Amino acid sequence: MAAFWSVKRSDTTSHVGSGALALAVVGLAVVPQVWNASVVQQLTTLLILVMLAAMWNALSGYAGLVSVGQQSFIGFGAYTTIFLTQQGVAPYLAVALAPLAAAGLAICLAPLVLRLRGGQFAVGTWVVAEAIALMVMLDHGLGGGTGVSLRGLNVLPSHIRRAYTYWLALAFVVLLLGLLFLLLRSRSGAALQAIRDDEHAAASVGVRTAPLKLAIYVLAGFGCGAAGALTLANTLFIQPRSIFGVHWSAFMIFMVLVGGLGTFEGPIVGAVVFFAIQNWFSDGGPWYLIGLGAVAVAFALFLPRGLWSVVSQGRQIQLLPVGYHLSRRPTP
Amino acid sequence: MSTAVLVGHRLSKVYGELRVLDRVDFHVGQGEAVGVVGPNGAGKTTLLNVLTGVVAASEGTVRLDGRDITGMRPEKRCRHGIGRAFQIPRPFGGMTVLENVFVGASAGAGLRGNTAYERCIDVLTTCGLIDLANRRAVSLGLLHRKRLELARALATGPRVLLLDEIGAGLTEAEADQLVGLILRLRLLGIAVVWIEHLVPVLVQVVDRLVCMESGRVIADGPPDAVLRDPAVVDAYLGKAVVSA
Repeated sequence: MAAFWSVKRSDTTSHVGSGALALAVVGLAVVPQVWNASVVQQLTTLLILVMLAAMWNALSGYAGLVSVGQQSFIGFGAYTTIFLTQQGVAPYLAVALAPLAAAGLAICLAPLVLRLRGGQFAVGTWVVAEAIALMVMLDHGLGGGTGVSLRGLNVLPSHIRRAYTYWLALAFVVLLLGLLFLLLRSRSGAALQAIRDDEHAAASVGVRTAPLKLAIYVLAGFGCGAAGALTLANTLFIQPRSIFGVHWSAFMIFMVLVGGLGTFEGPIVGAVVFFAIQNWFSDGGPWYLIGLGAVAVAFALFLPRGLWSVVSQGRQIQLLPVGYHLSRRPTP
Repeated sequence: MSTAVLVGHRLSKVYGELRVLDRVDFHVGQGEAVGVVGPNGAGKTTLLNVLTGVVAASEGTVRLDGRDITGMRPEKRCRHGIGRAFQIPRPFGGMTVLENVFVGASAGAGLRGNTAYERCIDVLTTCGLIDLANRRAVSLGLLHRKRLELARALATGPRVLLLDEIGAGLTEAEADQLVGLILRLRLLGIAVVWIEHLVPVLVQVVDRLVCMESGRVIADGPPDAVLRDPAVVDAYLGKAVVSA
């Protein structure tokens, strides 16, 4: 029977899509040469949001690990950068190294949090984030509760500094989305989604659940650590209350739900939407937050599979193909 | 008797004061089909859980091809040849039918690339799901979910397949289709352990029947002999069924 059927992983749409994404990266790379420094800083923020959305989606949308504590790694990445510069490491090198430290933190935390399931995992990760925030606040060397500045970057002219930070952020986005794509496209991608849908059933068909969950948790820790370090490089000042704040998790959930949980493209769309809302309406004070909440509720009720489902409706469009498709071989 | 593939020796499972399994001896031979019957709460599903490793036995050992697998995790047991279909189908809802089966072929059987795809296509064809391959599993009806449950287990290349009441909730015609499918699996040389309340369905397939009650095996033998056993009639069937 196999003679009549074949399994395909990509089609014309996905070839075009992959090409378009590569072009988009090239286009984004020249932004600092074309636009002014404030646009570059804004777009750095957008790239950080894309990173965060992609990482939260990797955890929840592909591995079923609904975390409310990824701010652990955002804060840890930022404060590791501060710590490393205090030890004499060059600032941009510190930003590049901090995500590795965040991945190390994820490896340390994994035995504790990955044994938790569902709601326990969500609350557990949040508690861990608060605990780490408290420890940082108690450390006067890291500025305590009042916050701390990243020194060493203000010697550069601001437009140069912003361009460097932007390029570093773009490099991390490409690296993280690339790693995630390779993971999802490998055999482990299907196994991960099986864990998300039913962990016991996944084990019953031979999926090694523990190492896969660890891999995705460490990747998400690495990515969120990068986002934290880059946030610091972008703003030059952080406070523990805000960099370890649970609002980061709310933003990540918002972006992923609006864009499309468990799709590769959805979180990118969600990040763009959130970025637009943030830029146009954040002056609205409490109304901004009420509006944000209302949008999230509306999506949960009326478009639970997110904006990407509207784009791809019924056609199973995947710009970056991570799925499997059975098709009939053309008869000769 | 053929050589035993899967053997449980003096298996017990104790929850506090409650003995759910009480020193059960169980075996299934190469290519043999064994039916397991008994009233609710007799310990049938617990027996399957202990054999597949979802639940750790309080005492006793499980052997596969003579090798002690008592301490092995479920995913490792699967890769050594134990397949399982759950009582209530547990499809990977967010994935397509093909992707569900692919997980079995890749993670369970360790197949890669085209070999894995060919296994998927074979299994989907055998189970009558080939035309639904690109549908999301969540959109399937009950019969198709049960077939997917079987297909996914089959893709792992099992030597023995453990089925937990997969006939429950099906119409007579659907159950007949399922019987046809399981008979085909037997032709492939796969041993089958099937827990089922639909005794008339079961006897069309199995070589041997085991009856459990209160955590113990109370009868084990050829189906018609077991169904006439007074202890089985008393504990499970009731007198009317046998006289009919």
